[in-house]
Amino acid sequence: MLVDLPGGWNPLLGRLAWSQIPYDNPILAPLFVAVVLGGIAIVALITYYGKWGYLWKEWLTTVDHKKLGVMYIIIGLVMLFRGFVDGLMIRTQQAWAVGPDSSGVFGALHGYLTPFHYGQVYSAHGLIMILLAATPLLVGFMNIIVPIQIGARDMAYPYLNALGLWITAAGAALIMASLFVGNFAHNGWFGYAPIFEIQYSPGVGVDYWMWTLQLLALGTTLGGINLLVTIIKMRAPGMTWFRLPIFVWASLSANIIALTSFPALQVALGLVAADRYLGAHFFTAGLGGNLMLYTNLFWIWGHPEVYFVILPAFGMMSEIFPVFSEKPLFGYITMVLASFAIAGVSWLVWLHHFFTMGAGPDVNSFFSVATMLVGIPTGVKVFNWAFTMYRGRLTFTAAMLWAIGALFLLLIGGLTGMMLAIPAINYMVHNSVFVIAHFHSMLLVIVYAVFGSVIFWFPKVFGFKLDEFWAKTMFWLFTTGTVLVFVPMYMLGFMGMTRRLDYVFNVHWQPYLLVMEGGIVVYTLSVFAFFVLLYVSIRDRVKNRVGADAWGTSRSLEWLTHSPVPFYNFAVTPHVNARDEAAWRRANGIAGVQPAKYVDIHMPNNTAVALYIGALTFVLGFALTWRIWWLCLASLVAIIVLMIVRSYRGDPGYIVTAAELERMEREAIARERQIDGSAGEPVVGGAPAVGRPAMAYERSDLPTTSTPPSMGPGARH
Amino acid sequence: MSGHASNTPDPKTAVLWDTEYHGHDVISTRSLGFFLYLLSDGMIFATLFAAYGVLSYQHSYFGGPTPADFVKPWYTFSQTIALFLSVLAYGMGMTALKRRSRGGLINGLLGAFVLGVLFLVLDIHDVLDLAAHGITVAASGGISAFIVLTQVHAAHIFFGLLWILVMIYQVLRLGFTADTVGRLLSLRMFWHFQAVVWVFVYIFVYLWGYMS
Repeated sequence: MLVDLPGGWNPLLGRLAWSQIPYDNPILAPLFVAVVLGGIAIVALITYYGKWGYLWKEWLTTVDHKKLGVMYIIIGLVMLFRGFVDGLMIRTQQAWAVGPDSSGVFGALHGYLTPFHYGQVYSAHGLIMILLAATPLLVGFMNIIVPIQIGARDMAYPYLNALGLWITAAGAALIMASLFVGNFAHNGWFGYAPIFEIQYSPGVGVDYWMWTLQLLALGTTLGGINLLVTIIKMRAPGMTWFRLPIFVWASLSANIIALTSFPALQVALGLVAADRYLGAHFFTAGLGGNLMLYTNLFWIWGHPEVYFVILPAFGMMSEIFPVFSEKPLFGYITMVLASFAIAGVSWLVWLHHFFTMGAGPDVNSFFSVATMLVGIPTGVKVFNWAFTMYRGRLTFTAAMLWAIGALFLLLIGGLTGMMLAIPAINYMVHNSVFVIAHFHSMLLVIVYAVFGSVIFWFPKVFGFKLDEFWAKTMFWLFTTGTVLVFVPMYMLGFMGMTRRLDYVFNVHWQPYLLVMEGGIVVYTLSVFAFFVLLYVSIRDRVKNRVGADAWGTSRSLEWLTHSPVPFYNFAVTPHVNARDEAAWRRANGIAGVQPAKYVDIHMPNNTAVALYIGALTFVLGFALTWRIWWLCLASLVAIIVLMIVRSYRGDPGYIVTAAELERMEREAIARERQIDGSAGEPVVGGAPAVGRPAMAYERSDLPTTSTPPSMGPGARH
Repeated sequence: MSGHASNTPDPKTAVLWDTEYHGHDVISTRSLGFFLYLLSDGMIFATLFAAYGVLSYQHSYFGGPTPADFVKPWYTFSQTIALFLSVLAYGMGMTALKRRSRGGLINGLLGAFVLGVLFLVLDIHDVLDLAAHGITVAASGGISAFIVLTQVHAAHIFFGLLWILVMIYQVLRLGFTADTVGRLLSLRMFWHFQAVVWVFVYIFVYLWGYMS
């Protein structure tokens, strides 16, 4: 039943062979050496400082949503860097390989990348930026911020949360493995039928692409379920629906999209796998296959995915603008409605990615009008942000600059999107770099919102602010790069330059391509500025420490707890009285009021099972890619056995006693009083542990970490 | 604050911390999460049905056999009966759970398991029979869609059977805990859901294919 393969195969190693290692490639071989040396250096440093135990206990086996979120963001930033390097390579090739007289090195006729290698670079660039940079960055922020904003101690399913992270990490590892073992897909990040069929792409590149996407889809679906249940079920008392911070609303709408759309991607790729592995004819040319079925199925996921990543970015902007305008968000209800309108319409616009399919005027008109409808709720959001700033007391911090930058980019990207929504225009610029410039404007909205959020929420997570000077330097460098790269790209699009050219035939385009190359150099400088920013901020961390309310004008619930947020988030669950609870308490002079007494709380245990399963999914993906059947079976069985064993053992969790909690709270409060004097009097004496645990995991027979304290008065007022 | 000041209490008397707040209910939280998972599973089937719809034109079979040539509606109807009786047995087991009868529950689960295995055996026999006549995924686009859709459903049944076995063991060893009862409720949703999907598979793939 399995298809006949071109090339060698053996039962033990599948298609894996020495010839698959690109050690003769002048770009990949040195990179591989550098990666190995870097890896050895990191392992040596961790060993030298004796940090393996810390790494294992505090990070690799953690189920703490904040640490998992931080790891998501680290994956996102690392992959953002890798995707950026891919972009740098694309820009350099296009600036170099212009006209028949341009030189060529490394086996390329023009430029330095052969067409096959260039195809892999742009395919990897797209896949990485969408699914391994934007998605983990946003999922990471949702992971960290949503539970704190709704007053929860953790996500609804802490173990599932860890599982989602490690499956995502496995996806990242798989695409990185494709650099040094075998090759990657050359069919663009979204793939075309029938080029990805085994007859036309006999190598393992398409298999890497397919299984990487499958792993990421799985991880994101699990994360989506977790966030939805967390928001629905875990809100603190008083946190009614219309008191939810907008970022939570944005996460809710985004994850509804994720839950409903990612399965479509999994099916689309599963059918590609059936074609490539079992010889099915879903998307083949001939034998009853349908090429456009793939494109439709992919974009039925693909377009909702675009809104899945943009909605949380909108939520982030909605959190940043009010804080630095010292006003509540303008039009809260319309913001909520707009988010859900965008989420709803996201399902009705997929065909605008291929108007040129030729589905006829009625179909194209429907999708054209549906696409234009998106402009209405998005416009509502833009005006809401503008009115939030209007007559506000604006502070142009680095976070605010990034948010304003995102607003400008949204305007440009949104208006060009409206142009593309018109089929008549779309036919003219289809597959031109005008489209590329448009969606890069939109995805840069996400990047701007993410960097704004990194600066905005960094003090909440780590307890100290990032350096404002370097954050602003990075912003201006990054923005200069954006202008220099994408303004010429829009112009070239109008001139008819098509996307994905490894050789540019028209020498009159060279000046524009050189300006873009200059832009990417400025982008590179902004990357260095980011590293300096991290270095300077960590060096000066003592000077930059902050209290609970890091910005002094913060509004939502997360700013009520300590910075950095303790592992239990809130010692006592807050009771929410207003939409902007932190702002309301501050306005009424009760922001520093601490709980009157503490009770035992119940927390989930760490577990290594999620890490093991994540590692096994990597093995499974790798084995499927190389068709090592025994390893596929072994890893699949191991995953199932681990899940069953874990379900049998369960997680009883553990109790943090009231006394322990009080000690930690006293320390945190004392630290904060030293910094800004904002925290209220620590409670005197504390209170006894009550019989029932504060979190209803419904176990009372659990081991405690220390003995209950003695009775004390402890009054709030 | 002006927009919603009327909803906010007086800061002097407002409750700021809920010491006695006991969080969420474990079983209902899990059931909601599992329900959401089933929604995503429903999307998987919806997409497969869409693919089947697109690939069920005359030209999709490329001149080869179509479901009208090989579907045996009464044979498949026996599968339907087996699966529905399995769901019924599971439901009887769950009523025993309400009476806290461990024996009743185990009997229900065993009945569901045996009938589920019967369904799967009939399915595998059918697929092997088709393969013997050269009707495999590689035959044509239409047959690919037919086989993949029906066998993805069969794979769900296989994992459901595995899950039933695990639950029999866990109930015997652990008894009725919040964990096991929550899982039994989730499994009930899963098992019912697969039967519902089967209704669509039977009508739109087997019967519709037989008659077209």
